[in-house]
Amino acid sequence: MGKLKTIARRSFLIGSVAVAGGAAFGVYTYKKPYANPLLDDLAEGDATLNPFVLINKDGVTIITPRAEMGQGIQSTLAAMVAEELDVAWESVKFEHGPAASAYYNNAMFAAGVPFNEFDKSFLAETLRSGMKKLGKILAIQLTGGSTATIDGIDKMRMAGCSAREALKTAAAERWDVEAASLKTENGAVINPANGEKLDYREIASEAADARPATVPLRDPSQWKYLGKSMPRLDMPAKATGTAEFGIDVRLDDMLYASVRTNPKLGGKMRSYDAAEAKKMPGVVKVVDLGDGVGVIADNTWRAFNAVNAIEVEWGGAPYPATQAGMWEALEKGFSLDPLNTLRDDGDVVKASADAPDGITAEYRAPFLAHSCMEPMNATALVNGDSAEIWTGTQAPGIVEQFAAEALGLDTEQVKVHTTFLGGGFGRRGEYDAAVHAAKLANAVKGKPVKMTWTREEDMTHDFYRPIALGRFNAYFDSSKNLKGFDAKVSSPSPTYDAMGRLGFPVGGPDPQLTEGIHNQPIDIENYRVYGYNAKVGVPVGFWRSVGNSFGGFFHESFLDEIAHHRGVDPVEMRLQLMANHSVAKAVVEKVAEMSNWGSKINAGSGMGFAHTLSFGTYVAQVVKVSQIDGEIKIDKVWCVADPGKVIDPQNFEAQMMSGIIYGLTSAIMGEITFEDGEAEQFNFPDYDAMRMVQCPEMEFATLSNKARLGGAGEPGTPPSIPALANAIFDLTGERYRELPLNKHIDFV
Amino acid sequence: MKLTINGKAHEIEVEADMPLLWVLRDELGYTGTKFGCGVAACGACTVHMNGEPIRSCSTAVGDVEGEITTIEGIGTPDNLAAIQEAWIEEQVAQCGYCQSGQIMSAAALLQTSPNPSDDEIDEAMSGNLCRCGTYPRIRAAIKSAASKMEG
Repeated sequence: MGKLKTIARRSFLIGSVAVAGGAAFGVYTYKKPYANPLLDDLAEGDATLNPFVLINKDGVTIITPRAEMGQGIQSTLAAMVAEELDVAWESVKFEHGPAASAYYNNAMFAAGVPFNEFDKSFLAETLRSGMKKLGKILAIQLTGGSTATIDGIDKMRMAGCSAREALKTAAAERWDVEAASLKTENGAVINPANGEKLDYREIASEAADARPATVPLRDPSQWKYLGKSMPRLDMPAKATGTAEFGIDVRLDDMLYASVRTNPKLGGKMRSYDAAEAKKMPGVVKVVDLGDGVGVIADNTWRAFNAVNAIEVEWGGAPYPATQAGMWEALEKGFSLDPLNTLRDDGDVVKASADAPDGITAEYRAPFLAHSCMEPMNATALVNGDSAEIWTGTQAPGIVEQFAAEALGLDTEQVKVHTTFLGGGFGRRGEYDAAVHAAKLANAVKGKPVKMTWTREEDMTHDFYRPIALGRFNAYFDSSKNLKGFDAKVSSPSPTYDAMGRLGFPVGGPDPQLTEGIHNQPIDIENYRVYGYNAKVGVPVGFWRSVGNSFGGFFHESFLDEIAHHRGVDPVEMRLQLMANHSVAKAVVEKVAEMSNWGSKINAGSGMGFAHTLSFGTYVAQVVKVSQIDGEIKIDKVWCVADPGKVIDPQNFEAQMMSGIIYGLTSAIMGEITFEDGEAEQFNFPDYDAMRMVQCPEMEFATLSNKARLGGAGEPGTPPSIPALANAIFDLTGERYRELPLNKHIDFV
Repeated sequence: MKLTINGKAHEIEVEADMPLLWVLRDELGYTGTKFGCGVAACGACTVHMNGEPIRSCSTAVGDVEGEITTIEGIGTPDNLAAIQEAWIEEQVAQCGYCQSGQIMSAAALLQTSPNPSDDEIDEAMSGNLCRCGTYPRIRAAIKSAASKMEG
């Protein structure tokens, strides 16, 4: 982990002021650039101007300050810099780098505007641009919302471009020629006039002081790396067990720990008796964490055993004790004023009064755990007036802030080292585990403590995907034409909950409540979507695709019901509703063509379709199922996505594949339920995931009709869930409106 | 207690019921082998005992007889085994956390069945969970490794 520090100490950081603030490019003129965070770690005599590019005697290291949790983002960000910097891919080294304001994510804020993706109005665009500025001012370093590529595409290329121009300027001074006459290639500046060559390493220190001229970014037609499938830089480490995850951190004199907190989430700890635990082998210390108890030992397994041997009296849960109580809380949510009305076209009330015909349906989606393969963990070292944390996090700045608060230190006194993440899916945007590790380490100052949760602690102490209840009505004229669509969703807002944990009071609509419903590229004369922020009380958070994960299921299942009621083909009907949305229509037409939609399939098979626009990417999917001895087998999934430009095709496909499997897993078997205020699922035998034998064949295509860049990590998930339910309906004639589907039917 | 790991002899003093996983990870520093569930349900901790795949989280160190091989004993970044080359060529890993266990299960499969059918792959690999959903590429990599090793 100290690698960056080591590199930085013998490194020259190059580039120019242009990068952090983009002043030379006239892009970010609204505020001065943030300080280069790498300055803190530089030894005297070293120079640093650019937070993203380091050059030392070993070559170029690119700082890729987003969490690598599987999505390949660090390689994609490195490719963006390398594209402009002209370094050979094989020679590129990468580091996550420190937590710093300079690494803020502005795309995340731009995505938060309450306008639909396809809304190109002046107001929508103005607000998006305003939110980007807000992103910079708040300067929160976050990985999430499928935004890292979108956020990085200009910023990282500018980093490479400005560094390249600085190197050219330095070489030009040495050779006494015009910088504009020089070329760069494979990590060297070349003078085409005489063939002379200077390796970047030779001129790095001079380049650090260079003030290069402004040049535009290269046109995409010149790209060598972007738009192509680049071998991931983390792949060799991940194929050899040498990639360092948080759980793998090893420091001198390190101790090991585990914790237990109240399984009635948010409830108090009344008392505990650790007499037995203290006598157990290897136990160093029992620590009262306030909301739970931790054991520090000389080995993780010994810490597990001892922490489980502590007798604890837990206080009650601040939410309904039973699952039935949770559903009642959602029912009550409908009696509140709606928090969201993000779509209200025409007059749905009048449409319902005028309609001779209508259908109604109620859908349910359960709490879901993220269940990352790597259980939550963090390592901390606390000294008198400083602390270091090593952890896999999607939000290093937030970890820094809350660890500091727990230790009574200033944020500047805490340093966070971000490792690889063994899965994130939204779970690792929270700071709970890191704060526990900090408190434990504070009890044995001067010694690093690696805290690991048991799988059971992880499963029962998640910030769950919110439970959701949807009530849908559709209205038809006497010829069964669709005249009105009325959707109401009651669910606890994950944004209110998560922002509350960060200490930010929030107000106004939370688009997450009705994402996948209010923001879809279809037009219906009378079309209203209400979101109700139900008061439940179970901690909820961001789970891959967030509101779309249930909104997509509700919306696309109900459209399938509408098509069936009207006796029309579901794909044909979608194409009619999408008449004004050519990007959406194209992905639907393509997936229909690939899957041979509409052709006769074997009796014993069924096909289902769904489309969800989420995180700026249009995704249409068809799922084919068959039934063997009463059990459903998912045979194949066809997936067509339009994210605008595809920056790395092989990696984009991996993200679609991953999103689909994550979605299908939840559709088939995902469910966290509560009894006596405690989650009833503890480990993979209770909360399993799709396995190799269940995994369908998949076929992918991408289109690039969309102008603005869309995300990759999440948009594959939402349509997979309704496409499966719709396929089962096609096969069996049974409409299942409550997830998971294995409540109703068996799967292979 | 004596253990042979990747051909190297180790002498350790621990309770006989400590799972092999925690001996490997915490006592000896073989962190390539991962903790996922502790109940032999996810396969992240898979290692070989005399060439057979076992779940090290549920194998007491006192019950270990013979040679243990971990992911570190399969190959290294500078000296990749054929199966690891196949994993890289197929760009299998996403978060990568489960992949040590996946590779150990696959390596054991290829030992007993050098040219495995899809059903054999399903059978051998379904004890290994992957939350990123890399299964299609794992299958492709196993087939590619099989043909490499044949050639």
